[in-house]
Amino acid sequence: MAQETAEQRASYPEIDKFYDSLPDKNGALIPVLHKAQEAYGFLSQDVQLYVAHKLGIPASKVYGVATFYSLFNLEKKGSYRVNVCLGTACFVRGSENILNEFEKELGVERSATTKDGLFTIGSIRCVGACGLAPVVMVNDKVYGRVAPEDVKGIVDEYLGKGGE
Amino acid sequence: MVNLTINNMKASAPEGATILEAARDLGVHIPTLCHLNLHDIKMVNRVGTCRVCMVEVEGRRNLLPACSTLATEGMVIRTNTSRAIRARRTIVELLLSNHPKECLTCERNQNCELQSLAAEMGIREIKYEGPRLKSKKDTSSYSIVRNSEKCVLCRRCETMCNEVQTVGVYSAIHRGFETVIGPAFDLPMIDTACTFCGQCVSVCPTGALTETDDSADVWAAISNPDLFVIAQTAPAVRVALGESFGMPVGSQVTGKMAAALRKMGFDRVLDTDFAADLTIMEEANEFLHRVTHGGRLPILTSCCPAWVKFFEHQFPDLLDIPSTCKSPHEMFGAVAKTYLAKKLGIQPEKMVIVSIMPCLAKKFEAKREELAGKEAGSDVDYVLSTRELARMIREAGINFNALADEEFDSIMGESTGASVIFGTTGGVIEAVVRSAAVWLDKDNPNPPIDFKQLRGIEGIREAEVKIADKTLRIAIAHGLGNARALLTDIRDGKAHYDAIEIMACPSGCVGGGGQPYHGNNIEVLKKRAAAIYKEDEEKTIRRSHENKEVQAIYEDFLGEPYGEIAHELLHTHYRKRDLL
Repeated sequence: MAQETAEQRASYPEIDKFYDSLPDKNGALIPVLHKAQEAYGFLSQDVQLYVAHKLGIPASKVYGVATFYSLFNLEKKGSYRVNVCLGTACFVRGSENILNEFEKELGVERSATTKDGLFTIGSIRCVGACGLAPVVMVNDKVYGRVAPEDVKGIVDEYLGKGGE
Repeated sequence: MVNLTINNMKASAPEGATILEAARDLGVHIPTLCHLNLHDIKMVNRVGTCRVCMVEVEGRRNLLPACSTLATEGMVIRTNTSRAIRARRTIVELLLSNHPKECLTCERNQNCELQSLAAEMGIREIKYEGPRLKSKKDTSSYSIVRNSEKCVLCRRCETMCNEVQTVGVYSAIHRGFETVIGPAFDLPMIDTACTFCGQCVSVCPTGALTETDDSADVWAAISNPDLFVIAQTAPAVRVALGESFGMPVGSQVTGKMAAALRKMGFDRVLDTDFAADLTIMEEANEFLHRVTHGGRLPILTSCCPAWVKFFEHQFPDLLDIPSTCKSPHEMFGAVAKTYLAKKLGIQPEKMVIVSIMPCLAKKFEAKREELAGKEAGSDVDYVLSTRELARMIREAGINFNALADEEFDSIMGESTGASVIFGTTGGVIEAVVRSAAVWLDKDNPNPPIDFKQLRGIEGIREAEVKIADKTLRIAIAHGLGNARALLTDIRDGKAHYDAIEIMACPSGCVGGGGQPYHGNNIEVLKKRAAAIYKEDEEKTIRRSHENKEVQAIYEDFLGEPYGEIAHELLHTHYRKRDLL
């Protein structure tokens, strides 16, 4: 990677298209990274270098922003991102136990991805649905009032679907 | 102007001044750490991250950072209330809680801004024992060591690297307690586009960024009786080394330095300035060759290794415009291990060349594959910074200040005024012009020698020099941001010059990354430059081509300037490098 030149790098047409459509290129970095993650799943080093090149800024700046915001993924994630809320309301209602249960059920620790590439377990801080505590999100779907014994059912729901 | 009160004293400050500036004008000291204002070189770090400069402002509930709060009309400021003093002390105590307690063995011991601050605040115990950031030292490069554990996140290095040098290697990465200032993807420095100019080291307040220390290897070589160890010294070292021994800024210590090197045990004490004169011979002839053979102009100087690495990364399409001349200390090594070795009857592989440089980039340069020696090892074996030399002189127990002046050894110790001025911005090109003025105007019995239009401190300068019926269009840039601006204009066809001098460090080598810390005072660099010009004036011979030893080496060994042997020994090539 280190010896690759800009011309040899892969092209990322989604990034080009999105960047070119922006009326104001100032402050484009975060929106472009969002778009890149949406299009390519995660922000690989190549994607970050491409963005740096496209925006004419140092790669260190791109990496700085990408590592600052936890919503940016620098590694390939599973098809199903299981996020257990560890915000105050969920935490006091036992969400830590739910997270443990997911780890047990899927056989990987938090922030890791299962070998089949299907699930990544993570945690989030408050999704603004404290009335439903404890809350679990799988991709964009919210599960409320989850108990540890519900975990297997949630996992099975996605196992049936296979990968995206 | 705005009127305000600081510690019951009436003050006025220009519009846009900060509380800190207003206080300083009034003689009121407010401690700072992250703040750094070297506006002469566009280095203004006003990020307000460390909060050491907190002051009380009437009507404001919270304390305010003096460095980044503007002074406004009618403001009533108190810098010395117990609340402000307590807050500052707590802040330093908290900084210390996440700082290794190894002052005794730290490179910056007695020369550290955080240490001074702790002393100034009267801190006598480490109150807060909390977790400390754990980070691996980056010793991957030959020039710069990064130790994030000692970083106080002042961001000065980042400002220097991004705003002044426009290299952009550093950014704040990760978040919260894990934040470090470092390169993209946490890459080791050697794999980045870092030019190793060392300006980040120059402004680092602590031991987070330091030079790679090669002194142990040099001591080992000196004490090995089988080796013949030669020291060569760059021009900018002799006007800065004295500062490390408490001498006034701008002291010329050429004679003491030669004496100290001899006392340390070097077998020969020689001068890189000799090779600077050689560089002028080669570069001027390369320039004339380009002019007569329709080569590409402008010619760019190539003495500065940080600049060389910069254009390899940033302007790979322009690799054919810089001069192919090696930098002077590399030329020195190449001829020492051939010409001098033969003259002295010493096997080249037993010869060790130690360059004493104001520079950290020269350390990397010495390890370049293409600069491996013709005869043995590398052209140059070790590079020591001015700071390392000062430490070694101390280690050897030499009373530097009391030394009587001594001369360089001969041969390869003679130099001219033209070579001395290599040490400051504008000097290399003036040295070229001094010789050109003689060569191009053979009928002039009194060719000019001082070209003051080429001197100065502005980041980019241009001048036209008329010699006989010719006009040379010259540009000078120092600081890599200025170099980038100039290069971009050339690439875009907007600028037309015949010759350009570029130095990576603001002010040139006198402000090099390996020089004694300037204490955040740009006046220091100006005084060093003035000392360089004084050294030049004191020389009897002030044109490179009049250097007798240089004339002799062409006669005995090299043949024609820019000829075949010269090509093999004194010239190099460049390669495209990736931008990271």
